[in-house]
Amino acid sequence: MSVLYALLFYVATVLLIAGVGFKIRQYWTTPAPLKIPTTPAPTTRGGVVFRMAREVLLFESLFKGNKWIWLFGYMFHIGLALVLVRHARYFMDVGPVLTFIQPFGIYGGMAMVAGLLGLWGRRIVVERIRYITNPSDHLILALLVGIGASGLMMKFVEHTDIVAVKIFFQNWMTLNFGALALPSDPVLMLHLLLVAVLMIIFPLSKLLHAPGVFFSPSRNQVDNPREKRHLAAWAAELDK
Amino acid sequence: MADFQTPEFREYPAVPNVLVPDATAHLSPFVAKPNHQEQLGFPGELVDNWEEKAVDKMGDLLSKYRGLRVYLDSCVKCGSCTDKCHYFQGTSDPKNMPVARQDLLRSVYRRYFTFAGKYFPKLVGARDMTREVLDEWYSYFHQCSQCRRCSVFCPYGIDTAEISMAAREIMDHVGLGQKYCNEILGKLQTVGNNLGLPGPALAATLEEYGEEIEDDTGLPVKLPLDIKGADILLITPSADFFAEPHIDGLMGYAKVFHEAGVSWTLSSHASEAANFSMFIGSYSNMKKVAERIRDAALELGVKRVMVGECGHAWRVAYSFWNTLTGIGAGADPNDEYAQKLQKQLDPSVPQPMHICEFTHDLIQKGKLRFDKSVNDERVVTFHDSCNVARASRMGDMPGGQFIIPREVIKACCNNFVDMDPETIQEKTYCCGGGGGLLTDDLMEIRVKGALPRMEALKDVADNRGVNTLAAICAICKAQFAKVLPYYDFPMHMLVSTHQLVGEALVMTGSEQEKELLGEDADEAPEAKAAEQD
Ligand code: SF4
Ligand code: SF4
Repeated sequence: MSVLYALLFYVATVLLIAGVGFKIRQYWTTPAPLKIPTTPAPTTRGGVVFRMAREVLLFESLFKGNKWIWLFGYMFHIGLALVLVRHARYFMDVGPVLTFIQPFGIYGGMAMVAGLLGLWGRRIVVERIRYITNPSDHLILALLVGIGASGLMMKFVEHTDIVAVKIFFQNWMTLNFGALALPSDPVLMLHLLLVAVLMIIFPLSKLLHAPGVFFSPSRNQVDNPREKRHLAAWAAELDK
Repeated sequence: MADFQTPEFREYPAVPNVLVPDATAHLSPFVAKPNHQEQLGFPGELVDNWEEKAVDKMGDLLSKYRGLRVYLDSCVKCGSCTDKCHYFQGTSDPKNMPVARQDLLRSVYRRYFTFAGKYFPKLVGARDMTREVLDEWYSYFHQCSQCRRCSVFCPYGIDTAEISMAAREIMDHVGLGQKYCNEILGKLQTVGNNLGLPGPALAATLEEYGEEIEDDTGLPVKLPLDIKGADILLITPSADFFAEPHIDGLMGYAKVFHEAGVSWTLSSHASEAANFSMFIGSYSNMKKVAERIRDAALELGVKRVMVGECGHAWRVAYSFWNTLTGIGAGADPNDEYAQKLQKQLDPSVPQPMHICEFTHDLIQKGKLRFDKSVNDERVVTFHDSCNVARASRMGDMPGGQFIIPREVIKACCNNFVDMDPETIQEKTYCCGGGGGLLTDDLMEIRVKGALPRMEALKDVADNRGVNTLAAICAICKAQFAKVLPYYDFPMHMLVSTHQLVGEALVMTGSEQEKELLGEDADEAPEAKAAEQD
């Protein structure tokens, strides 16, 4: 079983990196022939970095759009970020920063699940959002809630042998196949399985919004069309 | 008046609509005739293997437009945009929710271009390209005015306007075009303007307006046409030549130019600022149309290119002209095409410049004198046009497009009131007629889509005494002129922004100046001479 999981994670990691890498390359190399920032937009590169930072760190546009979605969405993402940092302890030595973060990771886990449930609830209750929902949207929520809930369970209900988990991943990282041993704990198994699934579907699903936001021309373009001629290669051909 | 109901005003501020599926599924514009299509390089009618061709075209666009690709991938169906579209608010049709509108195209994208859609179509709502889907596209992508309001509220800036443009481009390429846009574009490319108004007729019209101003002011104000060596080439929507209240705006520009003492000209070759190619998402047509302006600028040898009051035209001019034609600055030294023009244009001023920027600049420098009292019976509010608000700029700082027109209006009116902040500036609501929808065969969606703007207007009319609606776009003006009566507003409350300028401007040596100076002026020799005339 441990070997199977190790393999699963190799596959998932390769697919995640290759898939996201492929999409980023695709976004990067596709031209944006026209200046289409949603204005008012910054007139300098620095301004754009600041706009993007507000978008990514504060979800500025979402805040303008809908306070409830913002609240739940923000809870989920901040929670997820804390949880991810907390999990760094499985892959590296725990220094003072990681130690400090640990308890916040637990609150993060709770915020993450609460935020997800809020979003899910709205998806079911609010007619407009129900209308635009596909089965995959429920499944992704289920997956994330499953990951969060199984994680919290191991913290509060059924402790798992986290030292053994850490050793497993250390060996996994160093390709030390001889010593792969996961505690055979069903909650842990479920948790890890769902994480692997999430990694695999990441580049195939709407989770692409994570890299996508950085490539959105309505947010990342500088508003300077009069000052500088903006020309894509395929469009330049038409000048001739 | 029509076979549909004008929507009732909702409780203000509005509560979210309850969905009415397929409420406007019956609406779609007239289909372009083969000759309209072929003029623009599109097949005359639906081609044989159109399903395949449509998918191919989508692939082509995906490889050319990063925005399209990112927008189609990134939507998380969060719902933030769902209640932001004026067409949704006016119709309650769920397919008029921006994300649902995108999904009409996204479902096909997923089916043919994504792993999930190829192997698990049901799971991710992927659909085959069928006749049903095509008809739905034709209907609902012509219920989007490409106003970008939805993109303001989307966490990824997903711009449904871009998706609508792509959908229309695909439909044109398989032979299913919209009559209104494509017919007009044909006229524009052959005659030089959307009306099909030939040069001599235009010259006669302009002369008439010059005489009208002269009757009013006593000054020989001209509206010059095709003057070689003029400093300024004015490109304005052709509606300014014949429609009300557009004409009054045109006369306002003429007065400002005269008072500023600059030499300017219109062009008969490029007698149109509008460029509907943007609405149909056609880069090549957009370039072809814009190049008429480049050609006119080169031919007449002007130093500056200026643009009259029009929303989408200002977007094309401000955001795209430099890219399309080199009208702008900052081209690469090796870019011969753009350099040819940019060497001729005056680099000390923005190119192109909006007429409001020009007027505002003169006001700031104290070069224009106004008698605000002529507008005293007016309480004015201002409608931000979507393309000016969310797709362009005026002046040198972000948001100048909101400040400058308001400053211009305030310089010539004592009473100015803004509408609800949720409905102006970057959150402005479309007039309901933008994006190529300004045609009688879409009257129902135009009236319904105007609802949020009309509600905000009603609010300030009832509570703040507003009796004048100033607009800055030829389409907004034409749309409001038709739609105001449906909502029981008087049509004459609508004015052009430069109409207010023209009315209050006290030109040097004019009748108005004499009147203002009162008795002193009677003693002035010119005044006596004028009386003897
Ligand atoms: S661009 Fe405007 S008209 Fe089109 S979906 Fe968005 S809000 Fe509606
Ligand atoms: S706001 Fe953006 S991400 Fe959210 S549903 Fe609308 S288009 Fe999709």
